[in-house]
Amino acid sequence: MAANKLNLKDKYRLLTRDLDWEFSYQERKKAFPFEEFEGIKITDWSKWEDPFRLTMDAYWKYQAEKEKKLYAIFDAFAQNNSQLNVTDPRYINAIKLFLTAVSPLEYQAFQGFAHTGRQFGGVGARVACQMQSIDELRHVQTQIHAMSHYNKFFDGFQDWSHMHDRVWYLSVPKSFFDDARSAGPFEYLVAISFSFEYVLTNLLFVPFMSGAAYNGDMATVTFGFSAQSDEARHMTLGLEVIKFLLEQHEDNVPLVQKWIDKWFWRGAQLLSIVGMMMDYMLPNKVMSWKEAWGVYFEEAGGALFKDLARYGIRMPKYVEQVQTEHMSHQLWWTMYTHGHATGFHTWIPTDEEMDWLSEKYPETFDKYYRPRWELAKQMEAEGNRFYTKALPQLCTTCQIPMLFTEVDDPTQLSFRDTVYHGERYHFCSDGCRDIFHEEPEKYVQSWLPVHQIFQGNCGGPGVEQVLSEYYGMNLGADNLDIKGSPDEQRWNRWKGVA
Amino acid sequence: MSKVYLALQDNDISRYIVEAIEEDNPGVTIIHNPAMIRIENEGTLVVNRETVEEKLGRDWDVQELHLNLITLGGNVDEDDERLSLSWNA
Ligand SMILES: [Fe+2]
Ligand SMILES: [Fe+2]
Ligand SMILES: [Zn+2]
Repeated sequence: MAANKLNLKDKYRLLTRDLDWEFSYQERKKAFPFEEFEGIKITDWSKWEDPFRLTMDAYWKYQAEKEKKLYAIFDAFAQNNSQLNVTDPRYINAIKLFLTAVSPLEYQAFQGFAHTGRQFGGVGARVACQMQSIDELRHVQTQIHAMSHYNKFFDGFQDWSHMHDRVWYLSVPKSFFDDARSAGPFEYLVAISFSFEYVLTNLLFVPFMSGAAYNGDMATVTFGFSAQSDEARHMTLGLEVIKFLLEQHEDNVPLVQKWIDKWFWRGAQLLSIVGMMMDYMLPNKVMSWKEAWGVYFEEAGGALFKDLARYGIRMPKYVEQVQTEHMSHQLWWTMYTHGHATGFHTWIPTDEEMDWLSEKYPETFDKYYRPRWELAKQMEAEGNRFYTKALPQLCTTCQIPMLFTEVDDPTQLSFRDTVYHGERYHFCSDGCRDIFHEEPEKYVQSWLPVHQIFQGNCGGPGVEQVLSEYYGMNLGADNLDIKGSPDEQRWNRWKGVA
Repeated sequence: MSKVYLALQDNDISRYIVEAIEEDNPGVTIIHNPAMIRIENEGTLVVNRETVEEKLGRDWDVQELHLNLITLGGNVDEDDERLSLSWNA
């Protein structure tokens, strides 16, 4: 006779809480040396709540099912030569950027949660971090697998991991996670689980993935939504972490607020890459970056911070400085003008796309950005496709080139600087400067790609050697404009238009 | 009252889950986007095992929701009978 099925709460207690043990010959403090390191005060780990109450046995069961569904779609995608069904070859460049910029962060998240989970004295938090760590490993593996199919047909996919550690614009996402992983365990959770996953990653995985579907890329939307099905659990962990820390001790409130301010700003700057992908790199567009920000940050984040107000938590500082009207335009322009040094192709938006941008950004696009593209078009028509000769100056904190403008003046580039121990450091914004001031000893060590090039640490002597020998780009194939690229030529041949 | 929300992959199972949600949460908003369905409601939202089972015509474990879930917003509470989302403010 079958035993009565345990209810969820009892099962969770037995298979999670009861796995903990007392330390008989070692001091507890020595077993969890980082737990007090950041000044966070935990009085009672048993107050930790996991609302999903997922246990390891159920975890394996559901994850296996997700994988089976996912790989069935990958197989169908490959068997049907579905790379030919995407809207146009420009779209593939968003996926190149995804593989080099985002997928390696999944691996960093795996490492981060494995390390961080080990540092907590509470078993509920340890198990949640362990599951998330395995999830993140699954995410990077499925993404590599999905995109390996594109690697057979398009340039720029060959050396994503090598590039992630070296290429100038990829230091933006890389340094974000390096910063989080080198923080203490509680800051890591506030940074990644709460500020990034709960507050911001919806912007990456939801509208962008819906956009992938809209551009005929079933492989990407499927890995995206499969990863996102774990994300709902990660987001919930993020919210529980915050509530737990705030309920444990009132002294935790200012620390948590400081981390929210820092990581919100770092995340918002980082996501300008996604804004650019949505506004410029998707041929079929689902919604603008500004609209996505409205739904997923202003609306959802507004509700969240209203809920957290009872703990004395307020909206992140600098929220008014996020320039959703401008960031995607300024970033794509920078990529376009540095298109000889990017591992993906760039282009001028078509006339229809420019009309769409005017409609979505009525206050700014025609006034500030259309004239630039008209000039670029004219130069291109004269056989003078514009590429800048200069290497960009980078922000010491977020590592984004100094390309954003002042909040109150979109014609003026925003520069901040500070002197620390006789050296001058540069920043893109008040937020990034203030983050540096909190921990200057950390950020003076930033590995800034442009500085490294000038110091001779990236090969050379010329930019060409840096790009081809140090970054591993196939020049003439991976970089430059989509017009005339081998990607475009092959596509036209496949489609019978050449 | 703030809105809580849930997004599901647009597939065969989700269609029945959405039907169940509509039945148990009068006034709920359903938004169709490419490949996904977004469900929003003022203040609270509940997915009941019993209603989903009725719609699907088979047993359904609340944790199966994870197979089709894309994202959510709100404080989560889950047990054997239901998953609920809510905001306190
Ligand atoms: Fe992930
Ligand atoms: Fe995650
Ligand atoms: Zn910056």
